[in-house]
Amino acid sequence: MPIDLRHLVKIGVVAFSLGLHVLSGPASAETRLLNASYDVSRELYKDINKAFRAAWKKRTGHDVIVNQSHGGSSRQALSVIGGLEADVVTMNQAPDIDILVKRGGLVSEHWRTEFPHDASPYFTTSVFLVRKGNPKGIRDWNDLVKSGISVIVPNPKTSGNGRYTYLAAWGYALQREKSAEGASAFVAALFKNVPVLDGGGRGASTTFTQRDVGDVLVTFENEAVQLERELGSGRFEIVYPSISINASAPVAIVSKVVDKHGTREVSKGYLEFLFSPEGQEIIARHHFRPRDPAILAAHARNFPAIATFTVEERFGGWEAVQGDHFSDGGIFDRIVTRR
Amino acid sequence: MTTSRITRVLPGFRLSLGITLVYLTFIVLVPLGAVFIKAATLSPEQYWEAVSSPRVIATYKLSFGASLLAAAINVVFGLMLAWSLVRYSFPGRKLVDALVDLPFALPTAVAGIALTAIYARNGWLGQYLEAYGIKIAFRPAGILIALIFIGLPFVVRTVQPVLEDLDIEAEEAAACLGAGRMATFIRVVLPALAPALLTGFALAFARAVGEYGSVIFIAGNIPMVSEITPLIIITKLEQYDYAGATAVASVMLVVSFVLLLLINGLQERTRRSEQKVS
Repeated sequence: MPIDLRHLVKIGVVAFSLGLHVLSGPASAETRLLNASYDVSRELYKDINKAFRAAWKKRTGHDVIVNQSHGGSSRQALSVIGGLEADVVTMNQAPDIDILVKRGGLVSEHWRTEFPHDASPYFTTSVFLVRKGNPKGIRDWNDLVKSGISVIVPNPKTSGNGRYTYLAAWGYALQREKSAEGASAFVAALFKNVPVLDGGGRGASTTFTQRDVGDVLVTFENEAVQLERELGSGRFEIVYPSISINASAPVAIVSKVVDKHGTREVSKGYLEFLFSPEGQEIIARHHFRPRDPAILAAHARNFPAIATFTVEERFGGWEAVQGDHFSDGGIFDRIVTRR
Repeated sequence: MTTSRITRVLPGFRLSLGITLVYLTFIVLVPLGAVFIKAATLSPEQYWEAVSSPRVIATYKLSFGASLLAAAINVVFGLMLAWSLVRYSFPGRKLVDALVDLPFALPTAVAGIALTAIYARNGWLGQYLEAYGIKIAFRPAGILIALIFIGLPFVVRTVQPVLEDLDIEAEEAAACLGAGRMATFIRVVLPALAPALLTGFALAFARAVGEYGSVIFIAGNIPMVSEITPLIIITKLEQYDYAGATAVASVMLVVSFVLLLLINGLQERTRRSEQKVS
């Protein structure tokens, strides 16, 4: 089959210039912010950004566009270290911001004090999602280690969601068994019941709800509520364990980037908006537990009371947790290789 | 060797070789070099620990084992597919021909999700297989299925053109000289196709070793059972362990490179013995 060489050259030129055009990206005069966030906050920030745009226009008269980048929390931190010019980061666990302090000083080391509540505008907690009617009678963490129960949890090594679940189970066991050995055995038994370790929270949700694998999914409350209401039509039920973890979602300004972009003020305004009554209301509507007591009270029906502990309270901070539990050859590795 | 003395119709030996080297350097060697430089920041003990923990060793076995098996299966069925496409004309041949390329074009995550949906215990195929006690999704078997899927076009597309150029007269001559069907295939057709089959095998294998997107959805990712090496690398990266990740990556690179060299050497030999015969 003869091919006209000129055609080939033309196609090549078109493809190349198209590629260049796409790579160079758009140019614009408005103030633009980039918020690098984690996976399941997509819907939340879509609403937040719209409301903030209006609020900022009213307050300062300036237009601002907030762009979003979503991915696994740690992967997003890696992208920012690698040069993704995010003005602000909104993560689901503090280590993903601490790393930005350690690597290249992108974020101020005092980021926790720059905003209220340790710079976390909301928190959520790890709860259980079970199949309709709770056929296996799952009520609390100790039901998850029974033989014959299949538990779906995302990989604690790659997912903040899975990490909080692991820590919640550990904290529960520590309280019951009164020793680290006991807690370790408990968590080992739990992970023996896990048939699939998905890379992230959404993957685990898909495995449980779409692939029909597992008797119980342990995930964030916001994710569980969304699954129950939106996919549900009565297919799933949420079970609140006796105690769980306080999973705070931290936020921070990326100093190096805002100084370069000249966007510190608007970035600060953006993150402060998350703590405002309007921002807190949007947060509560997305099933995250707001910090504002009045707004939490207004949504009390959606947030049953549950005893929670923080990483700082029970584990002495993230640094210790990373070193003891999730480092290579740490407790988690030892638990899962001994199966 | 007096290559430079030979006068060619088209000049440009130095220019093209120069461009080749520069291009290869920037596109392949520099990124790969970076892997080794990063891995070299570890002390020998740390390096050894990163690449030889039981959990990582288990992934090597699975990744390389499943990739070799998938490539081997693809050689058999890819040859059949190419044969059907070249030698027979049937309605919808063009369509089948185009379908073969689909695993190239499809985002691997889509392939992974589709395969998982089919083979999960509530999936189209999975529900029937489950009745016979066969489980594929979230098992090593699922990994094999995904690797077969993504590797198929490599074998078909390397064998197809060679098969098209293959003279049917050689087979006819063999038949006239009294060779049976099996002998004709094994002693006349297969040797001519062997270099292309080996190339297809090597490509399918190389692709499978590095595959992440599709496998991750169907594997189940249980440590010591169904974790692939690329997952270990990603896991280490997500824990900000660049050096550990590149250490494991360097092992993968070296093993893959050695295996590919072996396959290339084998190919060279079959090609030479083929030339000797003809």
